[in-house]
Amino acid sequence: MRSMLTAALCALLAATLLVAALVADAMLASTVVTSPAQAQTLRDQIRIVGSSTVFPFSSFVAEELGKTTSFRTPVVESTGSGGGFKLFSAGVGTETPDITNSSRRIKKSELETCYANGMTSVVEARIGFDGIAIAQNGKNPDFKVSLEQLFLAVAEKVPSKGTLVPNPFKNWKEIDPTLPDRIILIYGPPATSGTRDAFVELVMHKAVKSFPEYEQVLGKDAKDYSAIRQDQAYVPSGENDNLIVQKLVQDKNAFGIFGYSFLEENKDRLKGAVVNGVKPEPKTVSSGEYPISRSLFFYIKADHIGKVPGLKEYVDLFMSEKMIGSRGLLRRIGLIPLPKDQLEQARRNVTTLKRLDPADVK
Amino acid sequence: MSVFQTDQSLKAATRRRLAFEKYFQWCTRIAIALAAGFLVYFLFTIGGMALPAFRQGQLLVEISYTEDVLEMPNYAVPEEYEFFVSHEFLRQLPLRMQEHPELLGTTAQEWVLAAADVDQLLKGKAHRLDAEQVRLVQELAATGHTRLAPNWDFFTKGDSKIPEAAGIEAAVVGTVYVLVITLLLSFPVGVASAIYLEEFAPDNRLTQLIEVNINNLAAIPSIIYGLLGLAIFINLLGILRSSSLVGGITLALMTLPVIIISTRAAIRAVPETLRHGALALGATPWQVMWNLVLPLAMPGILTGTIIGLAHAIGETAPLLIVGMMAYIPEAPSSVLEASTVLPAQIYTWASDSQRAFGERTAAGILVLLVVLLSMNALAIYLRNRFEKRW
Repeated sequence: MRSMLTAALCALLAATLLVAALVADAMLASTVVTSPAQAQTLRDQIRIVGSSTVFPFSSFVAEELGKTTSFRTPVVESTGSGGGFKLFSAGVGTETPDITNSSRRIKKSELETCYANGMTSVVEARIGFDGIAIAQNGKNPDFKVSLEQLFLAVAEKVPSKGTLVPNPFKNWKEIDPTLPDRIILIYGPPATSGTRDAFVELVMHKAVKSFPEYEQVLGKDAKDYSAIRQDQAYVPSGENDNLIVQKLVQDKNAFGIFGYSFLEENKDRLKGAVVNGVKPEPKTVSSGEYPISRSLFFYIKADHIGKVPGLKEYVDLFMSEKMIGSRGLLRRIGLIPLPKDQLEQARRNVTTLKRLDPADVK
Repeated sequence: MSVFQTDQSLKAATRRRLAFEKYFQWCTRIAIALAAGFLVYFLFTIGGMALPAFRQGQLLVEISYTEDVLEMPNYAVPEEYEFFVSHEFLRQLPLRMQEHPELLGTTAQEWVLAAADVDQLLKGKAHRLDAEQVRLVQELAATGHTRLAPNWDFFTKGDSKIPEAAGIEAAVVGTVYVLVITLLLSFPVGVASAIYLEEFAPDNRLTQLIEVNINNLAAIPSIIYGLLGLAIFINLLGILRSSSLVGGITLALMTLPVIIISTRAAIRAVPETLRHGALALGATPWQVMWNLVLPLAMPGILTGTIIGLAHAIGETAPLLIVGMMAYIPEAPSSVLEASTVLPAQIYTWASDSQRAFGERTAAGILVLLVVLLSMNALAIYLRNRFEKRW
C-alpha cells in the first residue's frame, strides 16, 4: 500500500514535469509560428469585451458566425461598458480586444486614449435601443407616473419650501394625490451598474431641471444631480435582474428597474409602468416616445480588420437585416431595432469603416 | 453565609443544571434539524427545477430540401411551423445540404429540435406563444407530432444563446483543464513546502513569518487572487486572457495555502517515535521522510488536496477577473485556448433574460453539486481506506 502511494506521488510529479514541458513547448511554438506571420494574422479568434447589456446580442451573433461559417466562434466577455473601453483602448495587438460593446456612447477621453495608444481608426456601430422599464406585478392596475414623480420617489433630497430636504416620501400618494396609495419600494440597479448610469442620466438629469430649488441650493452642480436615496424605499439589487423579477412576483407593492428584455420575457406576470403617458413597447422605445431609453453600440478596432480572420464578417453579420433589422433575430431576445433611416445610417458608417473623430463625441 | 448549602437548595441547583443541559441538547438538535432542513429543501427545489432540462421538446415535421433553403433556411419547414422549429436546427441546414448534395429536391419527415417557447409549452411552463400558436402546437401534440426526448445535447454541446441548444460540455471540459493545472501546480509545490517547513526549516524569525503568512493567505478573499493573476500572469508574463492555463495557475495559488496547512497537520500527526526509530536504524532524514512519514501522512494530504480542489472548482470571483466569465461555446483543445468553467456557465445562464435558461441553470447547479459531492466522497474514502491510528 505504501509503495502504491509513493508510486502515485512519483507519477504525479512526472506528469507535472511533462505538462510543464508541453506548455512551454506550446508557448514557444506559438511565438515561433506567429512572429513571421504577424503581418497577416494577430489571432485566429475574435475577442470581444464590454457591456453586459449588449453581451447577449453580441454572443448571439458570435454563435451564428461560429455555427454557419468556418470561422471560430468569437470569445465574448461581459466586463461592463467602462471596463470594456479600458481593455479596448490599451493598444493594438494580439492581447487587446478587437471589439468592445457599450450601452452608452464612447467618451471623448476614451476615444483619445485609443488614438494615443496607436490605433489609427475606431469605427462606431449603433445597433439598437434598450428601454429601461419600471416594472411591477402584473396583477396590479396600470401605474401612470411622470418622470418628475419618479424622480421625487428616488432622489435623496427633494425640494420643499424653497430648499432641499431629505426625501420624506414613504407613499406614492404623498408625492401626488393622483398616484395610488402604495408604499414606495423600488428594487433598482446598484451604483456600479450601467443601467444605474442610464437611469440617472435619463430620469434624474432630465427631471431635476423641473425643480428650480436644486439650482438655487446646488448652483452649477444641480444639472448633474444623481444622488439616490439610501433608505428602505430604494433597494440596490445586484447585477442579476432575474432576482428583481422574482421579488416583483412575490411583492405586489414593489417596483423594479431593469432592461426592457426582462419585461418582455416576463410579460405574463409583470407589467411596465406608463411613464409620461407612454407604455414601454418596442414601438414606443424605437420611436423615442418612451422617455427612458438608450442606444446600444459596439466599437471596432479598424486596425485589426484583415488581421483577425472573421472580424469583417462578424461586423457585417451583426449589422445585417437578419440580425438587427426590424424583424431580425435579435429582436426575439429583446433588442429594440433602430428606425429604418437610422439603421441605414449606422450601417453606412460601418461598411465604409468611417473613422470616429474625437471632435464628434462628447 | 455558610459555605455549605442546605439539601434543598442543592437539589434545586442540580435540577436547574439538568434542565439547562436538556435545554442545551434541544438547541443543538434544532440546529442540526434546521441545517438538514435547509439542505433538503435546497436539493429538492434545485432537483425539481433541473429535471425538465434533461428532456427536450422535439417536433416531427416535413423538411423540404429545396434550392431556396440554401439562402433562407426557414423555407425548409411549413410556414405555419416556422417559429416552432429551433433556429439552431434551421441555420445548420445549408451546411448539411452542402455536405450531402443528394438531399436537394427531396423531402423527409424528421424529428427536429423545437424552439424554446414550444418546449416550455410542452413542459407546461410559461411561454410567449399567442393563442393561435398554442392551438397549433396542441394540434401537433394531439396527433403525436411532438415528444419530449432525452436531452443528451445538454452534455455533448457547448453554450448557446438559444436556450434549447445550450449545453455544458465546453464548461465541463474547461473545468477539467483548469482543475488538472491547479492540481499539478499546487500539489507538488504545496507538499514540498509543507515538508520543508515541518521537517527541515530552522525555527527562526523568517520561518515564523512565512508560517503566519501562509495561514493568512488561506483566509483572504479569493477575488484578490484573481487580481494577482491579472497583474502577474496576464499583464506581466503575457499568458493569454481567458485561457485555462491562467485560470488554473490563479486557482493553484488559492489552493496552495490549504494544501500546505493540511499537509503540515498530516505530517505532524505521524508519531515522533517512528521517526526516531527509523533514524536509530541509520536512515537519513530524507529516507525517513520519503519512505516513512510521507506514505503515512498521505491520506491526510490527499484529503486536504481534494477539499482544496473542491473549493477551487466552485470558484467564480478570481476567474471573472482573468476573463473566464465569458461566452465561450467551444471546448478548448489546449490549455492556451480561451475556455470557461461550470460556475461561470451557471452564472451566465442565471443572468440571462430568457426564462427557458432557468431550468438549465438549475441543471448546471445539479451537475456541479454532483461533482463536488463525489469529490468529497472520494476524500472520505481515501481517508478511511488508508488511515492509520496509533
